[in-house]
Amino acid sequence: MPSLKEFRNRIASVKSTRKITKAMQLVAAAKLRRAQEAVEAARPYTQNLSRVVANLAQSMAGQEGAPAMLAGTGKDDVHLVVVMTADRGLAGGFNSSIVRKSREHIAELLRQGKTVKLMTVGVKGHDQLKRLYADKVVEKLSLRDAKSIDFAIASGIGQKIAAMFEAGEFDVATLFYADFKSVISQVPVARTVIPAALSIDPDAETDAPDLKGAVYDYEPSQEDILESLLPLYLNSEVYRALLENAAGEQGARMSAMDNATRNAGEMIDDLSLQYNRARQAQITKELIEIISGAEAL
Amino acid sequence: MADKLHFSLVTPEKALFDGEVDQVVVPGTEGDFGVLPNHAPVMSTIRPGWITVYDGGKIERVVVRAGFAEVTPAGLTVLAEEATPASQVDKAALEQQIRDAQEDVNDATDETVRAAAEQKLEYLTTLRDAAQTVH
Repeated sequence: MPSLKEFRNRIASVKSTRKITKAMQLVAAAKLRRAQEAVEAARPYTQNLSRVVANLAQSMAGQEGAPAMLAGTGKDDVHLVVVMTADRGLAGGFNSSIVRKSREHIAELLRQGKTVKLMTVGVKGHDQLKRLYADKVVEKLSLRDAKSIDFAIASGIGQKIAAMFEAGEFDVATLFYADFKSVISQVPVARTVIPAALSIDPDAETDAPDLKGAVYDYEPSQEDILESLLPLYLNSEVYRALLENAAGEQGARMSAMDNATRNAGEMIDDLSLQYNRARQAQITKELIEIISGAEAL
Repeated sequence: MADKLHFSLVTPEKALFDGEVDQVVVPGTEGDFGVLPNHAPVMSTIRPGWITVYDGGKIERVVVRAGFAEVTPAGLTVLAEEATPASQVDKAALEQQIRDAQEDVNDATDETVRAAAEQKLEYLTTLRDAAQTVH
């Protein structure tokens, strides 16, 4: 049985832990709201852009001379795996679940004899993946210094990916991030962005606006428009992934810290009970000692 | 009251404008084009420059960069990577930004960094020009 002083110390330490987790939970809740707003605000842009790209892609499907970014290089030997995680931990299983999904994907690709190149966005993903695939990491980015996620950051990443593609360094690019479903549920997803044709969801709302029988005038040509929109599309996909991740990270942290706060509370209750028992046992013992001492006289 | 054109301007960060206007002039890659109500469907990429929005005698200029315009019977939608209304420009702050951007261009050692800085500078100077012609 630990001494009373040890109990008191442990209770004090758990209490201060609970204060910290509680504070982290509140901070995450505040940040979550902002991140959610950003996700909402970005939605019209990404939706419009994917709709337009999907429409253009459909009308050009099967034609010669489609941009390589849309149709692919015709090979799938070299895969670029972009793993997007948070820069900070203490967010439950958030980072690990993204990493796990990407690891399965990489293992599968390696089994098929493909070459894998790894690009990590966020420190945590890199930390977890470098143990296994340190030799495959071609680019390692961190958003730790960024105050907030804006489109410029996303286009920076998008341009890097596009430049690598132009240089023929890979054939297929896949983004790994967590889709923000709700505060308690973030689902890790894999999204193939190059070739873009693969990422266009056939079930998605691609219904073209009603043109009332007219046809589009393309300025410049349809191909040129598609050519210039695809990099934007790539950037906007990266942007969306970053925002979903940011919201998911805060959501995951919030619920992880909520659990931690609750667990700390339970632990304090347990410890207090044990502490009181020990205290009473000691009082009883002292009383017995006094009484039996008095009786002996 | 004549027909109105539904115009929406969307950037990745937010929907900047969404409403009914009289006319919009869009800087297309192959030249500026004006869009009035009931315009034929057009899809065009846009070059860096400014969009001019005419509504009830008022003129608003919005500087845009890298994007895309789509005209449908439902209206005009412009997707821009970056957009700033000229009327919301703080001139002193803008001058400072232009100076910073100019320094970035001069200091750039890397070719891609320089290109990005030059783009930024061009955007800012366009913004200054747009702001000057309005006020």
